[in-house]
Amino acid sequence: MLSRLADSFYWMSRYIERAENVSRFIDVNVNLMLDSSLSEDKEQWFPLVTTSGDEEDFKARYEEATRENVIYFLFADKKNPNSIFSCLQKARENARTMRESISSEMWEQLNSFYLMVQSYMHEPLDLDNLYSLGRQIRMASHQFVGVTDNTMSHGEAWNFIRLGRMFERADKTARILDVKYFILLPKVEDVGTTYDAILWTALLKSASASEMYRKKYSHIQPDKVAEFLILDREFPRSMRFCLAHAEESLRFITGTPYGTYANEAEQHLGRLRSELDYANIREIIKSGLHEYLDQFESNLNNAGVALFATFLAMQPIPGYPIIKRTEQS
Amino acid sequence: MDFDNYEMNNFYDELLEAPGRPRPGAAPLMNRLKTMPNADLIRHQKLAEAELLQMGITFMVYGSNEGAEKIFPFDVVPRVVEAKEWEQIEKGLIQRIQALNFFIDDIYHGQKIIKDKIIPEEMIKTSAGYRVQCQGLNVAKRVWIHITGTDLVRSDDGQFYVLEDNLRCPSGVSYVLKNRDVLKRTLPRVFQNMNVRPVDDYSHRLLNMLQYMAPPEITKPRIVVLTPGPYNSAYFEHSFLAQQIGAELVEGRDLVVIDGYVMMRTTKGFERVDVIYRRVDDDFIDPQTFRRDSKLGVPGLMDVYRAGRVVLANAPGTGVADDKAIYTYVPAIIKYYLNEDPILQNVPTYMCWEPTQRQYVLENLDKLVVKAVNQSGGYGMLVGPHSTKSEQEKFAGLINARPRDYIAQPTLSLSRVPIIAEDHFEGRHVDLRPYVLYGKSIYVMPGGLTRVALKKGSLVVNSSQGGGSKDTWVLGETIKKKP
Repeated sequence: MLSRLADSFYWMSRYIERAENVSRFIDVNVNLMLDSSLSEDKEQWFPLVTTSGDEEDFKARYEEATRENVIYFLFADKKNPNSIFSCLQKARENARTMRESISSEMWEQLNSFYLMVQSYMHEPLDLDNLYSLGRQIRMASHQFVGVTDNTMSHGEAWNFIRLGRMFERADKTARILDVKYFILLPKVEDVGTTYDAILWTALLKSASASEMYRKKYSHIQPDKVAEFLILDREFPRSMRFCLAHAEESLRFITGTPYGTYANEAEQHLGRLRSELDYANIREIIKSGLHEYLDQFESNLNNAGVALFATFLAMQPIPGYPIIKRTEQS
Repeated sequence: MDFDNYEMNNFYDELLEAPGRPRPGAAPLMNRLKTMPNADLIRHQKLAEAELLQMGITFMVYGSNEGAEKIFPFDVVPRVVEAKEWEQIEKGLIQRIQALNFFIDDIYHGQKIIKDKIIPEEMIKTSAGYRVQCQGLNVAKRVWIHITGTDLVRSDDGQFYVLEDNLRCPSGVSYVLKNRDVLKRTLPRVFQNMNVRPVDDYSHRLLNMLQYMAPPEITKPRIVVLTPGPYNSAYFEHSFLAQQIGAELVEGRDLVVIDGYVMMRTTKGFERVDVIYRRVDDDFIDPQTFRRDSKLGVPGLMDVYRAGRVVLANAPGTGVADDKAIYTYVPAIIKYYLNEDPILQNVPTYMCWEPTQRQYVLENLDKLVVKAVNQSGGYGMLVGPHSTKSEQEKFAGLINARPRDYIAQPTLSLSRVPIIAEDHFEGRHVDLRPYVLYGKSIYVMPGGLTRVALKKGSLVVNSSQGGGSKDTWVLGETIKKKP
């Protein structure tokens, strides 16, 4: 496959996943604030900007982290490259440059996803329509994954799509956990109270994880929540699950067997995944959850850079033997 | 909807021979249109437009940022060309394309036509499409113009004339294929009864032609479509054609020259490319040979091409033969290389380069259409009867400054076809662009793009200037009986 196409597949998928996750951030915060019994001017919205990683951009262009400003910044702001609208615009642009390589169902789904989001661009976003917008965004994103899985051959291109989705999701789950961990860090007197449980439930909800978590652990306990979102083998938004599937896709693309590596991307990703396979939540918390997540994000980023160098930005090396097509009869 | 109040205004109409009387070939179509309830016909039209938008059959509008994609408007009433008429067009195009190919090959080799004083050397050397870099180039199978789309118009005398030869990978064929798709679903029975000749094998023939052009030792050539990228106005078409022929759609940055071969960057390493159907202009394909500032091309491509290790379709340098001034020599070119009289006539054309003709043009600017020889898309044009005094004066100045760059033609009264105008039919002017493939033999697509000037009274059919398109039904030899 053309390297440029692989790049477009990968990013199309990352941007859609990113849009979905930004919508999750907004949704959970709305929930939290409604339950917090704070008046509107006391609401905490800035942590959301921190989660998305765009604090500098926000501070440069907005005075206050009011509900209205933050929601506008994360949803509609065309100057914010990671706003939901910008993400969908870029996902659609990527898809448009490879119309001949994706199924028409995928294109139509993504196109209507984009048009749906666009239709909210000129409406004031308030508590009345935010909920339904968030629901529609998450549903459209799930639909896109479903349409992709069911209308496209599960070959190289499909695996680049899954690779992008899994990278993005692993990163976002880590961020949700990291930032929320600090806001939610319970005051001594709050531990074990209803309010504490509400906060952690909101965190799980933002990863669509609360139902599956309760099936497994029933009680809300901060270390168990962290364990579920970092190390669970079966939950599709846990960091470990994401990396396991990312690696599966990478190895499908290269054909390199497990336990070995043939390029830097495989080395980085394989190492990161196996760390999660053998990690233990007590050790993680003991060494500091924030430090752990920080390191994870940086390692994941390096794996992404290696991926780009391996597949997408090849340069001819003078005198180095190149692959010429062999004649097939 | 009926044709009782349809006004012909003394124009040649492609569907009617007199008010209320359909042309014989078009009769079944007209009967069907008449019996179809208004609402049905309008619903079909709207459905067709919605489908085009949903399928993303769009073109880009330069200089607009929101919703940069627009659909190419489409009218469901097809244009009909009868079998006998088509036979002449087909023969005429084959003859013309063959002669032009000989001409280009001669210009870049011995230039016999100049030595024999049929065309002055200066005419060639001053042509904007002439590429001195192509001198001595031996192209595969001696074919230069693999894909062409000749613009034809029918005048009020009922004759078809050649308006322009487009020899540099003209666009539009994707609309022909999509329009046909829609029409087969809109008017299935009448389509079948009228024995309309198919166009759906175009992609297949295009692929065969490109494969045939590959170096002979390559059994399974790697074919790519080279596009300037998603911001090009015809990007949809590039992507569509690549998909139809199973080729990779590449941009210049996907290709690189290594060890004397063109390679594309893939996730599995570099892969050799054998045939490039390029939709990037000559000037931009190789910054080492042509424009140095081009970012769309592949440095070193022309060296590989000269060595015969890659095929370009169309060859560079073919623009010399669709220069609007050289156009006036085409009848002489046909005579010179084939020793035949042209089957399809040119529109009478005055060359401003020639002093007596220039004088005539300057004295009749209010009656003539003046065109810049190297511009297309309806730009750089003066339509005399619709122009103001000051526009005429401006063109007089332009012509005097650069006479080689201008030609003039009488204002033709183009034929018309009915379109759906809200709740009734109205006549609009059309042209016709059939597509021709030059491979082992020359193939003329039976049909082509009928472009229609949707604005009432307008003569300009270009998509950038408010034009739309219609399906073109070329009828087979026998017309089946109506059931």
